[in-house]
Parts: sequence; C-alpha cells; structure tokens
Amino acid sequence: MAKVTFDKDLCKGCGLCVKACPKKIVKLSDELNKRGYHPAQVTEQDKCIGCAFCATMCPDCVITVEK
Amino acid sequence: MVVFEKPNALTENTLHYCPGCTHGIIHRLVAEALDELGVTGRTIGVASVGCSVFTYNYFNCDMVQAAHGRAPAVATGVKRSDANNIVFTYQGDGDLAAIGTAETVHSAARGENITVIFVNNAIYGMTGGQMAPTTLPGQKTQTSPYGRDVQTVGYPVKVCEMLSQVDGATYLERVAVNNVANVKKAKAAIKKAFQNQIEGKGFSLVEVLSTCPTNWGLAPEKALEWLEENMLPYYPLGVYKDKYAEEK
Repeated sequence: MAKVTFDKDLCKGCGLCVKACPKKIVKLSDELNKRGYHPAQVTEQDKCIGCAFCATMCPDCVITVEK
Repeated sequence: MVVFEKPNALTENTLHYCPGCTHGIIHRLVAEALDELGVTGRTIGVASVGCSVFTYNYFNCDMVQAAHGRAPAVATGVKRSDANNIVFTYQGDGDLAAIGTAETVHSAARGENITVIFVNNAIYGMTGGQMAPTTLPGQKTQTSPYGRDVQTVGYPVKVCEMLSQVDGATYLERVAVNNVANVKKAKAAIKKAFQNQIEGKGFSLVEVLSTCPTNWGLAPEKALEWLEENMLPYYPLGVYKDKYAEEK
C-alpha cells in the first residue's frame, strides 16, 4: 500500500502539493509548524496511490513516498 | 519500497527560498541528475549572484561562488584545470542574461565542456522585483510599474534562441517546472546536459522557466498559472540545438 510522509517542520505551506494531488487528499493543516507555516498533510492515507506527484512539485523535499 | 525521497546530492540545510519558489524543484532535479549519473563526488558547482547565491549551502559537492554574471568564466577555469571534474553553473536571468551575457555567449562560442542551468523567472528576485532582461512586454515590476514598455527599454532577451546561432554550443533546451509533466521533462533535459559533459560533447545549457511568487505578487499556485499563460507563449519550450541529435 502506498504511504506518503511529510516532514512537517520543513514545509512552508506553499500548497503546490495540494494542487498536484490527483486524489485531492493533500491538505494544509490548521495547526502551525515550528516555522510558523500551515504544513501540508494527508488525512486519508488509504486513498493514496503513490504517484508522487505531490513530492515532484514540492520545492522543499518535504515528502517521502513509499509503495 | 521508497519511490521518492530527497536526493543524496542535496544537503540537510533548509532552503532559504520563499514558499512556493520553484528554485527548490530545480535544485532537486540537478541533485537527482548528479546522483543518477554517479558523479556527485567529482562535481564542482559554480553559484551565481541573486537568490541562487546560497546554492553552495545546498549541494553535497564542492562549490565556488562567482562574481555577478561570471559563473561561466569561473567554470571555464575550473573545468580546464582538471577535465575530470564535472562542472556546472546555476544562474538566474538577472545574472546570466544581463551582466553575464558576454561570459555566457563566449563560453558557448568556445564550446566549453560545461553544463549551465539557467533559471528564468522574468524578474530580479533577490533585489526586490526589478525589471530583468527577460521581463515580458507589458509585465509590471518595481521598475516598470506601468508594464514593460518595449519602445523605451527594448525587448526581452531569448537566450536559447540567441545561443542557437552560436556554432560552439552543443545542446540548448528550454523547459518549465509549472506542472508534473514539465518537471519530468526538465529532469530529462538536465540529466542530458550533464551526460553531454561526461561524454565530452561540449557546452550544454538548460533554460528552466521558473516562478517568483513573491515579486510577481501572486500565490504560489497562481504563479504556476501565470507562468503557463504568459511565459510559455513568449518563451516556447523545446530543444533549440542538439548537435549530436542526428547520430542517434
């Protein structure tokens, strides 16, 4: 099963991964990370298909994808 | 099985770029190319002046910081001192296409066996969003508040088209990083530019159309749309020169 992991304190909350996700499961958190941004996260992990589109568009290497 | 992770050629340092700036994507593509070609250990990068001035903090290879626009000249020296080095420059449009135009054209004309990564975001980023040589006609910047008027300040410089007329250049391609498909094409182009150098084929330049959300005054995802709607028509993507294409 596909698994996507976010290093939340690296995230700047730009939202490019949110736009790239074909399953629309990447969302910005309401909470703040230690740098003061709303980090991206996946809440419905089971819907992830491991396409790595989010990681491809991430400018900050926040995302690791496993399949 | 890990299908996507941070490449080894990038350091653990956090990028200083603004949220949504596509410099980070281009850094990663260069790092992936170095890793996949297995040349990270003998690579020397040359950083430019501009937002990418701190590039030396982010790559796990030796780096040199060149004076404004002089990166291809410095790269020439580094490469000629030991041809076994893999040498690349990482330059923005304010560096490569303005103060560094002479160094760019002449390193291409000499056919130096180096790889140039040219990040074109149509504006001066670090200094606060002034008009660049690559700013589009009509584009508003800090120094063209009514839009770039080509009658007074002239037309944008199209670097790939210009260098395609230089006999010494080997490989010129323009790519963009506005969506997943284009990022994958950009990766292939950057990898080929390094492969050319490994094979001793000569001067390779990849122009990457990039965004500057902060100075364009747009949200990161809107900046990608602006790139697609405004920059792609003026700066068409594609291979502008490939000296060795016929051999395949």
